[in-house]
Amino acid sequence: MTTQTTPHEGEMTVTFVETDEQQQLRGMLRDFLGSRATSERVREVMQTDAGVDDAAWKELGEYGLLGLTVPEAHGGAGSTFVELAIVVEEAGKRLLPVPLLSSAVLGTTVLQRAGTSQQLQRWLPDVATGATRLALAHLDERGRLTADPGVRATRDGDGWRLTGTAGYVIDGHTADLLLTAAVTDDGLALFAVPGDAAGLSREPLPALDLTRPLATLRFDGVHVDAEAALTGGDPITALHDGIAAGVVALACEQVGGAQEVLSTTTAYARERIQFGRAIGSFQAVKHRLAEDLVKLEAARSAALHAARAIAAGDRQEIAIAAPMAKALCSEVYETIAADGIQLAGGIGFTWEHDAHLYFKRAKATKLLLGDPHLHRRLLGDVLSL
Amino acid sequence: MSTDEREQVEAQLQALFAAHPPADTPEPEFWGAQFDHGLAWVQFPEGVGGLGVSPRWQAEVNRRIEAAGGSIRNRYLNILGIGMGAGTLLAHGTEEQQRRFLRPMFTTEEIWCQLFSEPGAGSDLAALSTTAVREGDTWIVNGQKVWNTLAHLAKWGLLVTRTDPDVPKHAGLTYFVVDMEAEGVDVRPLYQITGEAEFNEVYFDDVHIPDSMRIGAVGEGWTVAMTTLMNERVAIGGNVAPRGSGAIAHAVEAWKRTDGSDPVARDQLLGYWIEAEALRLTAIRAGEAARRGTPGPEGSTAKLHWADLNKAITSFAIDLMGPEGVTYPGGYEFVRPELTATRTEDPHKAFLRARANSIEGGTSEIMKNILGERVLGLPGEPRVDKNVAWRDVPRS
Repeated sequence: MTTQTTPHEGEMTVTFVETDEQQQLRGMLRDFLGSRATSERVREVMQTDAGVDDAAWKELGEYGLLGLTVPEAHGGAGSTFVELAIVVEEAGKRLLPVPLLSSAVLGTTVLQRAGTSQQLQRWLPDVATGATRLALAHLDERGRLTADPGVRATRDGDGWRLTGTAGYVIDGHTADLLLTAAVTDDGLALFAVPGDAAGLSREPLPALDLTRPLATLRFDGVHVDAEAALTGGDPITALHDGIAAGVVALACEQVGGAQEVLSTTTAYARERIQFGRAIGSFQAVKHRLAEDLVKLEAARSAALHAARAIAAGDRQEIAIAAPMAKALCSEVYETIAADGIQLAGGIGFTWEHDAHLYFKRAKATKLLLGDPHLHRRLLGDVLSL
Repeated sequence: MSTDEREQVEAQLQALFAAHPPADTPEPEFWGAQFDHGLAWVQFPEGVGGLGVSPRWQAEVNRRIEAAGGSIRNRYLNILGIGMGAGTLLAHGTEEQQRRFLRPMFTTEEIWCQLFSEPGAGSDLAALSTTAVREGDTWIVNGQKVWNTLAHLAKWGLLVTRTDPDVPKHAGLTYFVVDMEAEGVDVRPLYQITGEAEFNEVYFDDVHIPDSMRIGAVGEGWTVAMTTLMNERVAIGGNVAPRGSGAIAHAVEAWKRTDGSDPVARDQLLGYWIEAEALRLTAIRAGEAARRGTPGPEGSTAKLHWADLNKAITSFAIDLMGPEGVTYPGGYEFVRPELTATRTEDPHKAFLRARANSIEGGTSEIMKNILGERVLGLPGEPRVDKNVAWRDVPRS
């Protein structure tokens, strides 16, 4: 995200109004998730080892929602990132524990940018249906994004041999295909490593947010064939685009989650009686919720705009809109989720109440793919400030 | 927007431009002709400056006039008349009143001001105490109004008075148009924190208003006043400023004059930049939703957000200036600002002026009540004065 531009240039024409089709998609998702991703179901799934709602994932695939940005020629819907953002936002409202971010956003974007046409033909159709789940391994063991990831790849006959550790891989222990960044003698490269490759061990990382599993991947001399190397595009550009898409998807997810918390908290404030009045009639509570609404609408503007920038493929605008959305939506989600606990009083602090699930999701999404300080710094570089 | 309406507007535009080339016709004369062609406010009926078509066409009309070298700055010169008075007169005025007032209002030959707020009635506007007592066909007005923009230049004022102190506060109000040149009207400059007198105080000492200048029924003043305030909200907003403009431009400029070595200040600057840009995008969203006829909460949140953010950013810009921050380069000259001046040219003045952003047009506290109650559906504040005669309500 170092494209140079000035704040006065590169403004694309945005329209925030949703098309009829987009509204239908949103409505369909609400119906589906309303009955599917109940609090009970989310809690049940988050306490399993895999941490993934396989049935919901399968159904999303059957609805054609996992290959939205995959071209029709490769079995996808050929839609835009705006449609994918709607899915992510609605799933974020329900904390749906499925590998949307890891597979449908990060993995799918990186694969499409880096894969050869044969590789795309081979993998994308199954990715689009959800039969193949992707995960992106691009951070070192401590979760840092550095020029030298934790994995090294050396030539091994016709193929490659991978050694080292990749950390903080979202859905890394359940993915079928691990898109792994590794250093070779010729620089950074990307490999598609099967999840069941010999020499690969995958350990779940105890996560703050139980609804989004993380894993550490250890490559102990893992041999992959030549076809595993993604040689269809520049790996750094592919990672860059994948991360930008992930950053914006997270922002959209944060807006969905924040909206849900605000709605729930507001409903509670209408019903909870203290001192003979609904607590929402007290300005101390009412004003806090109004402030949260103001923040949410600003965050929504930033996220929607960024999603449209990605859909338009406007790289200059993405360089501004993506860090902006991630920085703002992260702060707003955390605030609203924290207020959700505070305003629900003692009940909000309990394990039984969902407020803590959103609070943990908010905190985790704030730090995943770069915290607000980093994104403000990136934006400052783009704006030359 | 029907094709018929497009043709109707287009025909009037062609006729207007043919008879009165925008670039070569003196402003008031052009605006008069624009009014006569029904292009002043296209949604109004024919004969009072409109064509009875969708208000959406006005933006197109304005764009075309500007493109042809004409000006639409009358909307700013007479902002209270055109922005608020016209809609009020259309909704509640008699046909005679509309024909008398609207044309010279649009041409700026007669400037208008608003006389609502009082020292004892700010957020609680309906508590106002300026009285109007009826004597035959005349009303005798006594009292004091405050925060009256343009009152020193105005020919006419939009005035809300108390005509019945024995009923609850909202029920005893009546609305008038008052001649600002009438005997007993005293307009005094109100100097504010910046040293400028942008506003006025207006005193009424036995001012006579004929009953023909009453807008709406006796005791219906609150309803009429609400129409004025609704139009105020429509009038504010409208154009969305370019990215990076406004208060954030001052902060960016001040940052660029530092050595850029303070990472904390840089982080803050970018945080503000992001919020300013998100708010700008929200304004675009609100505009798109309004044009589509499906306004959402974004329109209501924007005023509150802007007010508080503008204060924070203008203050931060001064912080960045270091020693220069304690200067006031323009000096406290105690002047009245030019009608056409933009308020934010000087960052020091903008900083002080911004203090009012969260007070004027609805305090942030009241805006939060409105958002909480009307958008989030939370229960209202208990009202202790609801069924009490205005006369019996405690007042400061």
